[in-house]
Amino acid sequence: MCTTCGCGNPDGPPGGLHHGDAGRDHHSHDHGHTHEHEAETRRIAVEQAILAKNDAYAANNRALLGERAILALNLVSSPGSGKTTLLVRTIAALGDAVAIAVIEGDQQTSQDADRIRATGVPAVQINTGKGCHLDAHMVGHAIEQLFSEAATDADLPGSSGRVLGRAPQRTTRTPASPGLRAGPNLPAPTRPPPPGWSGAVPLENGILFVENVGNLVCPAPFDLGEAHKVVILSVTEGEDKPLKYPDMFAAADLMVVNKVDLLPYVEFDVARCVAYARRCNHAIEVLQLSATTGAGMDGWLAWLARERRTVLAAHKAALQDKLSTLDAELG
Amino acid sequence: MHEMSLAQGVVRIVAEQAVAQHFTAVKTVWLELGALSHVEPEALAFCFDVVARDTVAEGARLEILRTPGQGWCMACAQAIPVATRLDPCPRCGGYQVQVTAGDAMRVKELEVV
Repeated sequence: MCTTCGCGNPDGPPGGLHHGDAGRDHHSHDHGHTHEHEAETRRIAVEQAILAKNDAYAANNRALLGERAILALNLVSSPGSGKTTLLVRTIAALGDAVAIAVIEGDQQTSQDADRIRATGVPAVQINTGKGCHLDAHMVGHAIEQLFSEAATDADLPGSSGRVLGRAPQRTTRTPASPGLRAGPNLPAPTRPPPPGWSGAVPLENGILFVENVGNLVCPAPFDLGEAHKVVILSVTEGEDKPLKYPDMFAAADLMVVNKVDLLPYVEFDVARCVAYARRCNHAIEVLQLSATTGAGMDGWLAWLARERRTVLAAHKAALQDKLSTLDAELG
Repeated sequence: MHEMSLAQGVVRIVAEQAVAQHFTAVKTVWLELGALSHVEPEALAFCFDVVARDTVAEGARLEILRTPGQGWCMACAQAIPVATRLDPCPRCGGYQVQVTAGDAMRVKELEVV
């Protein structure tokens, strides 16, 4: 029997290859006929996650943010849920107490970044073009840009010395749109010291909000290096969104039910919505608020403060470990 | 259509393997897509054909292995099968379910020339 193609095997040739099939390797047999064979193939075990590259960039982002004790939140929702309005009100409420920066993801325009910059907070707009979500590579470049812009700000004459935060001069700047795109051939992100690096650590101990592209499907599997995904659902959208888009609600740690000031005018059963969300994610936290009227903002600010304390405490513990190591070295 | 990005991820992995393992053509790509993973297999297969053009993966056949979802019911303290993210525990009917497997998206194996 021919062991290459299995001819002569009563069960027939493996892989369905048969005499006369097109192949690349023509040879003769000692069993009285000639025919063609496929070129030899081999199997390679790979066992690699499809998103391994994204996850490596995300880990890099997480390390960069961790070194600076920055709480990073990935805000996801359908378009029009009020993400940008929530951010604008959050920035106003936090005032100068916390350094804030924002990365805005949209297919086109820098309108959202412009709204954020108008508050005096640095913002980087990522235009995804035809892309439907942010990935960790794009966000890594945006973080680099934020850090370098912040360092440059610290060097500006007349600067308050605050590295990030409410810096009115930023509103007059022309926004730089990196126009990043996902692609298989993008180079690995590099992390050179930003130009104008003054030794200050931008956004240290602060909060980075990443406002994802409005889409309840595609951003779900992409880790950006955030501490939490926060899904925002407005009461005008319908209470059954968690049932329709369970992947996103499963990926999020917090659901913000927004526009609750409109509840008297729409059919939206908040309790049912929460029950639906907890079907796909039993541990999801829920907050209700109106970014327009400010109702319920206290709960959101308290949640931010709690999460920020978690990041700061972890950072402190890491620093204490380092100190202990140094103490031990010094004897 | 995040399947386009995922397809690019598959082609990227194949291209890296082609350099490391010295092959010039791919006959078959075996993918593991868990029942609870964030992907529509048909959409991914369509995108793969588009993205693979003019790469070492062009013309490769995509074989998709669906792995079942599994979970842990915290109320029952039992491992349970999970078909969708919205499924209750088949034993107690509750939703205290933690997904433990079936959300993977991996390139498992290649058949190369």
